[in-house]
Order: sequence, then structure tokens, then C-alpha cells
Amino acid sequence: MAELVKTLSPAPSPGSALGRAFKSFSLLKESPVGMIGAGLVAFWILVAIFAPLLAPFDPLATLKPMAKPGTEFAGGGTFWLGTDHLGRDILSRIIFGSQTVLIYAPLATISAYVVGILMGLAAGYHMGWWDVILSRISDIILSFPVLVLYIIIIATYGASGAVIIVAITFASAPGVMRIVRGLVLDLRSREYVAAAQTRGEAAMYIMLVEILPNARGPLIVDACVRLGYVIITIGVLGFLGLGLPPPDPDWGGMINETRKMAMIFPHMTLFPSIAISSLILGFNLLADGLREVSLRD
Amino acid sequence: MPYDPERDPLLEIKDLCLSYFTRAGEIPAVFDFSLTLKPGESVGLVGESGCGKSTVALGIMRYMGHNGGIVGGKIIFKGRDMADLSEEELRSLRGSEISMIYQEPMAALNPSLTIGSQLMEVPMIHEGVSAEEARKRSVQMLADVKLPDAERVMDAYPHQISGGQQQRVVIAMALLSNPSLLLLDEPTTALDVTVEAGIVELIAELSRKYNSSLLYISHNLGLMLEVCDRIGVMYSGEVVEEGNIDSIFTWPKHPYTHGLFGCIPLPYADKNSRPLVAIEGQLPLPHERPPGCNFGPRCQFFKGGLCDASVLAIEEVTTDDDDDHRVRCARWNEIDPAEVIAVGIEKESVEIGETVLEVDAMQKYYEVRDTSIGALVSGEGVKYVKANETISFSARRGETVGIVGESGCGKSTFAKVLMGLETATDGEVRLEGKNIGNMPVKSRSPEQLGSLQMVFQNPNDTLNPSHTIGGQIGRVIKKFGVESDPQKIMERVVELLDIVKLPRDFIIRKPRQLSGGQKQRVGIARAFAGNPAMVIADEPISALDVSVAAAVTELLMDIQREHKTTLLFISHDLSAVRYLADRVVVMYLGKIMERGTTDEVFAPPYHPYTEALLSAVPIADPEINKRHIVLEGNLPSVMNPPKGCPFSTRCHRHLGDICDNEPPPEQIDRDRHIIACHIPLDELRAVEPVISVPSAVEKDRTRLTKMARANKMAAEAAAAELVAMEARARAAAAEAAAAEAAVDATNPGAE
Repeated sequence: MAELVKTLSPAPSPGSALGRAFKSFSLLKESPVGMIGAGLVAFWILVAIFAPLLAPFDPLATLKPMAKPGTEFAGGGTFWLGTDHLGRDILSRIIFGSQTVLIYAPLATISAYVVGILMGLAAGYHMGWWDVILSRISDIILSFPVLVLYIIIIATYGASGAVIIVAITFASAPGVMRIVRGLVLDLRSREYVAAAQTRGEAAMYIMLVEILPNARGPLIVDACVRLGYVIITIGVLGFLGLGLPPPDPDWGGMINETRKMAMIFPHMTLFPSIAISSLILGFNLLADGLREVSLRD
Repeated sequence: MPYDPERDPLLEIKDLCLSYFTRAGEIPAVFDFSLTLKPGESVGLVGESGCGKSTVALGIMRYMGHNGGIVGGKIIFKGRDMADLSEEELRSLRGSEISMIYQEPMAALNPSLTIGSQLMEVPMIHEGVSAEEARKRSVQMLADVKLPDAERVMDAYPHQISGGQQQRVVIAMALLSNPSLLLLDEPTTALDVTVEAGIVELIAELSRKYNSSLLYISHNLGLMLEVCDRIGVMYSGEVVEEGNIDSIFTWPKHPYTHGLFGCIPLPYADKNSRPLVAIEGQLPLPHERPPGCNFGPRCQFFKGGLCDASVLAIEEVTTDDDDDHRVRCARWNEIDPAEVIAVGIEKESVEIGETVLEVDAMQKYYEVRDTSIGALVSGEGVKYVKANETISFSARRGETVGIVGESGCGKSTFAKVLMGLETATDGEVRLEGKNIGNMPVKSRSPEQLGSLQMVFQNPNDTLNPSHTIGGQIGRVIKKFGVESDPQKIMERVVELLDIVKLPRDFIIRKPRQLSGGQKQRVGIARAFAGNPAMVIADEPISALDVSVAAAVTELLMDIQREHKTTLLFISHDLSAVRYLADRVVVMYLGKIMERGTTDEVFAPPYHPYTEALLSAVPIADPEINKRHIVLEGNLPSVMNPPKGCPFSTRCHRHLGDICDNEPPPEQIDRDRHIIACHIPLDELRAVEPVISVPSAVEKDRTRLTKMARANKMAAEAAAAELVAMEARARAAAAEAAAAEAAVDATNPGAE
């Protein structure tokens, strides 16, 4: 029996987790929409990773102001997407800008999820006063217009990566909490939760080990959609001048800086806008695909 | 040829094959299915879940969804081939000529429309009658299904009436268009036994009154006996045996049918002397059916080369002289399942030890706050739901105590108090001498937790879908401090899997890879992991198929026997409780109505409620005689229970004001047999038993008379022969006498 135990015990977790990931992916292949979304997201992730190799110019260097797309640069190379009002290559700025978006948007989303999940678990599992207090807090936050919240927080603490993450967490965690609370209210009445309670498990263990893993399906789908919103938010913040401080390339900031010249030089705003839209579209299509796949048997 | 109701069958199904088309390819759900249904006849289809019986009903309506369809064969309804009908024609047929009644009444009614508007819709759409006419007919139909106060029900919303009433409304809706064919898919499975008994009687009565033909689908063989003229037993997509209900119940020919009967706890089954015999193995998956006979791999009469050679056809059974009995078995003629399967191995009974659990006047009230202005003004802001009231009984080591009652009687609340998920409002619950009634689960020690464990009801809910089986059982072992070394824990998990007869590689499986019965076995392994002194099983088999339930019941009994565990078996199923309990507690509306040993409770004197419960349970044996008692009315609300005896509103032996106004005294019949009723014990003792099991001699006699009836032709011939023989004998005697007389006459002077 000992041999059997030896062969069996180490296998379960990594094998099944990998297998499951592979299975989910092979399932996603059956949803064309989901595959397009995954393709778009994967494209931008690769661009962000290989930005230094892909970008033809230094994104901060002032080269030739207001060049149209396709203009040759005297120092060698071509401005495929033109340059902005300060003469920086737009393609290089979009490529490096993808790094900013793909670092801050997931970080902010994860942070909002951690806070929202903990709040939702506590409210849904304990109910009673926990629920009343946490739900009222989230109601108060949700009753403010989101933009006003961002402006207040960022205006108070100054624009930096960390503050942006905190601001987004503060504004989105209540939404996450609502979803988690609803899922927990359903899951807490399951018999396996009662079984855990009757063997004397701590509340934290039950919430994190017994309940949370079973809520993952809807949460993953929601996370994809929310990631899209966060990208919009980061773009909007950049557009309002509340984003990362210049001169770092930031898609929202790029649109804001050049919007006055949009009538004359449409390429300056058009290409960053396309970049933002395609990434958001990618995440939304991925979410659709995941939902479609998860609804099937 | 036009349809002639006098001559032609109402519904004729010939060699029907139905399939579902999935990503994995075509999955045959039903094949080679034939059925003839005459007007006014009721035919039953029995089988375990996944055998295709519901698919047949949907196939008849041609309502199988976008991924299912008819692959072969014909469905002829009133002379018309259903395959030729257009969508338009099908729509007008469904709901008017063919009606269907589903399992879940709540899901069949639209919660946002009044019952009246949903009923009136039927004649208005199908016959185009006016609203007044439709209303009149709906009210009449509600009265026909015996709903009191039909006018009020018309204006009610579905959630305002009880489950039994909802099912009556669904039946009324199905009958409003006066359909010639009624399809019933497990119409009473979601209901309580006493309610079920009423509905079943109603269905039988109405189908006679309206002359509708019934196709009754159920997994419950006992119910079939009460409703149907003929039945078909389905297994894995095909009918394995069909025919007249009497001949199938008396002489089942197919090993599967016979196996099913062995799984049902009939009144004469006994956990020690005549245990249940479960069918080994599992239903094959639709795409993994074996060649030849589908039942082959589970059949003890399997013979290679014969049973797995070719697809079997259904054959006429010729030995019992009933011309309506067919079976799909290659060896039916050679085998006699009755002799070989016989009964299970006799098991020794458990020694009953010292008292483990003592429940002393335990109470559990829930507070309900009414915040309406009216309640605040009258000062009745707080109301109590009396879920458990003065519950007292005890259980000893190795004993099985059954707690019986219908939904809402407080049996699950009681389990929660025991487990510490709720605390008692008053009274004591002593486990091994220590009061745990007001001790929530948080303040119990690991030993206390481990010594009291629970087996849950729903197999799909009892295991966490995110974790492996090994991990879940291992966690319990670790938590209760049985073992702490991971290696040792794993060894113990393997041991436990062996005990519950599951393969060892289940350690790394996830619950979704297991069948319902297997999940329930894991649940049992988990409950016994901490070497408990007592296990509470809350409806552990009610969600399982008959054959699986039998196996799980036997497993539970075996482990209990071995570990001398006290088992508290909570169930609404009286047959199961009678089979495995040593002592029984009957509860109604939070109070104990009767308690005593199983033999005492199941024989007179009965509490009238016990009597009604016993009568409501369908029994799958035509030789057992049963008295019919149908309870009127609904379970009263626990918020507002009757002032006197809780059962007074539905009691068929109601005495009068005393029952309504005064709580009944606890009358002691024998030392531990107690009945809470106003009726004097002597009177209750005089009650005739509800169920009478014929003795072996009587059984043989009925069997013989039946045989004689079935052999009528032969018997008549024999009788005729007898008559002829007698006549011949008489003639011979007369001749002899005449000869003698002649001799006498010839020599008169001989004396």
C-alpha cells in the first residue's frame, strides 16, 4: 500500500491544474469570438514584452515634429505612424505605452479583486452586521460618480502609479464585492460547507478553501470585463491629465496631448485610440468566449 | 385509412430510435422502442435515471430540443405519423391532445401570472372560447382536482399555494383541454408521501373520468402498481421487459427487473435475516454500451458468446400463459432469477450497548421579527417558529434510530442542533453524558466533533467540487487528529476507500468524475474518518436510484455493524426506516407523535399520523394488502400551528374539540413505546393493521390461484376433463349397479 500512496500522493495538484488549464484552452478554441479576443490580448502582451526590440525609435526622443505616417527619417528609418507635435515617433510610443497599460491595468484589477473578494466573502459568509456594514460602505462608494472619486484621490495624493492603483481599487472593489457576496450567499448553504463547519474549520479556511474556489468561474469572466474597464479608466485618467506624469508614454496621455491637432493631424490621436480600443475589445471578446464555453456542458 | 377510436390504438410506437447529437457525436438515447396505448389505458415506464424514459416522453411530443431527434421508427398518434406533422400542427397538438405533467410543479407554473390566467389560457388558445367560458371551465376543473376554494386559487400566484396544490393546478391545466394522451414524468417525486398518495389517487380517478390514456414515468415500482395496467421496464435506452403489471410483478423474467425488486425494502425485508441485494456495477454510459445485452456486464447469468453476441430482440414470454409479457433476454427460458438470487447473506445483528445520546425536552425556536406597523402597534413584533418542541428520546451504542416525518416537521433542524450548527433554545442534548445542546460547533473539542459526524443528503452537494477526494477525506483525518503525518494520512484514506468499496485511484479524482452513488460513498467515508461514536444520516439515499440506494444502505449498515456506531437515520421514506431502524421516532410539526421500537411503531396501536404515513407509502408487491387512507388538507404553517394536537387539522380519526384545543397526552403503551394522542390506547389497539403481509402459506395459495387464473384455458380444459372423468366414473358405477341389479334380479333366491 505504501508504494501506491507514494505514487499517488505527489501527483494530484500540479498535474490536474495544468491539465485543467490546457482543457480550458482547448475548449476556448471552439469559440471563435474567444479566440479573436485571446489573439488580440496575446498580441499586446508580446508587444509589451518585446517593446525594446520592436520599437524603431526612442519613444522619448524629439526627432521631427508633425511628420505624417510613412515619412522617412533623415537619420535612417521610417515613421510608420508619423510623429507627434513634439516630434516623437508615435509607433514607438504606442509600443512602449503598451507596457504601462499592461502593468498598471492588471495590477489595479488584481488589487481591486483582492479587496473586493475579502469584503464579499466576509459579508456573504458571516452575514448579519458584517454584511450590513460592508454593504453600506460599498453603497456609499458606488453612489459617487467614479470620475469625481478619481479626481479627488489623485488631486490629493498626486499622480503616480501607486496612487492610480489605489484609486482604481477604491472605486472598483465595491463592484467586485457585490458579485462575490452574491456567489457566497448561494455557496454557503452547500452541504460541503456544512461538513467543513461540523469538523470545526475556521471561518477563514472555509471562505478561502471551501467557498472561493467554487466561485472562480463567474469571477474569471468578470475579471476580464473589468480589466477592459480599468484600461479605459487608465486611458481616461491619462486624457484628463491625471495619468502617469509625462513624458512617459501613456496611450490616454498621447490622445490628450494631441487632441487639439486632431483636425489637422488625425494620425496623432487615431493610432493611440485604435491601440486602446483593440486591447479593450480583446479582453471583452475573451470574456465573452470564456462565458460561452463555461455555459456549455 | 382514417383513424377509428374504436378499432385503432390511440398511440402506436414502432421500433422508435431517438438520439442526441453532441460534440462527441451521435448518442443513442432510446432504441428499438415499441409501445401500443389503447384509449383509456395507463402504461408505466420504470427505470433508473439515465435509462431514457423521459426522452421517450419528449420524443412522443417531438420536443427534443435542437440537438435531439428521431433516427428511426414511427410514432403514430390517432392514425397520424408524428414525423409528417409541421411545427404548426405539432404546436396545436401539444397541450390540447397530448398534455405533459412535469416533476417540479413550481417550475411548470409561471411565478408572475395568477393561476387563473394560466389556466384560462389553455381553452382560450386551443379552442378559442371566450374569457368567461374559460374561467368557468377553469374553476370547474380546479374543483375536479379537489382544490378547496377554487375561486380563491384562481386569483392566487403560484408561490401562495403549497407544492401539492401546485401539482394539482398543473394537473388541472393538463386536463383542461381534455387531452386523449397524458404524459406524466415523475409527477409526484418532489412531493411528500401523504401528498403523493392523494395526487396518485387523483390521477387514477381523473383518467377514468375523462378517459385519457396515461403514460406514467417513474422510478418507483410501488407507484406503478397503484396506477398502471401495463408497464415497461427500461434499462440503458431499451425496454428489457414489458407486459401486464400483474405478470411482471409476479413473475419477473429479466434479471434486471428481478434485481430491482431485490433492491426495494419491502415490508418483509429485514436488515439481519433478509438484507437487500444491490445490483453490482453501474449503468453503462450511452457511448460505452456493451455489445449484445446492455445489462450483460452486471448480470450474474451472463454467458459469453450468447449474451454479447448480437443485438437482442424482445421476445414473447410463453411460460406463464399471459399473452401480454415480453422480455429482452437471451436466456430467459433457462434461468430462474428467483431461485438463484434468492436472498442476501444473513447477517448477525448488532449488540446494543449503553446509552450514547440522550435528548431531554429539547426545544428549538426561531425568532421571526415582524416589523410591520400593525405588528408594532399590537405589540406582537416577535413571533416564534417552533421548529422543535420538547423532543425527548435516547439512542444506544450500535443502535439505529430512525426519525421519520414529512418536510417541515423539524427533523433537519434537530440534526443541526445535534451537529452544533444551531443551538437549542431549551432542554438538554447529552452525547456520552455531556450536554452539547447549547454548545455551538466552534466551542466543541476535536474529539467531540469527530465523535459526531454527518452523512448529507445531496450527493452532488456533499463534496467540494474543487478538491480531490483524497484531499477532502485526508483533511478530516488531519482535523480530528487521527493522524498527522501526511504519509499516514494517505494510508488511512486508502483504507477508508477500501471500506466503502471504492477503487484506490479515486484519491486523485475530482467529485465531478464520480457517479451519485460513489459520491455518497465518499461522504460516508468522510463521516467515518474520525471514528465517530454516532453518525447522523440526513436522507442519505433519497436522491439515489433504487439499485444504488440499496448498495449505499447496505454499506452504511455494514460499517455501522463493524464499528458499533450509533446511527441516527433521518428520512421521509418509511420503507427504508422500517428496514434499517431498530427504533423509530415519528415527528410532525416539530413534535414527536409516536416513538418506540420499529415493530411497535409499525403495528397497532398506531398514532393516526403513523397510520396515514404507512398507508401512503406505495409497496411494490401485489400480494400485500394495504388499507387506503388519504389525508385531507395541507401541513399547517409552523408560524401558526394548531392549538391542540398538531395533527388535528388533517386527522382522519379526529375526535372533536378536545383534539383542536388541548395538547394530546403522552400515552405509554409499553415501556418505551409512546403515542401522543387523545384517543384511548385500547381503541388504537383495536385498529386493523394498515399493511398485511400474507403468510408463506397464503402467499403460495394466492400465487397458485393466480397461476390458475392465468392458466384459465388449461384449467378449464382440466375441469372439463374432470367433469368428463366423473361422468365416465358415474356411468361406470351406474353400469356396475345395473349389472348387479340384473344379477340380483336373475337369481332372486340367492339370499
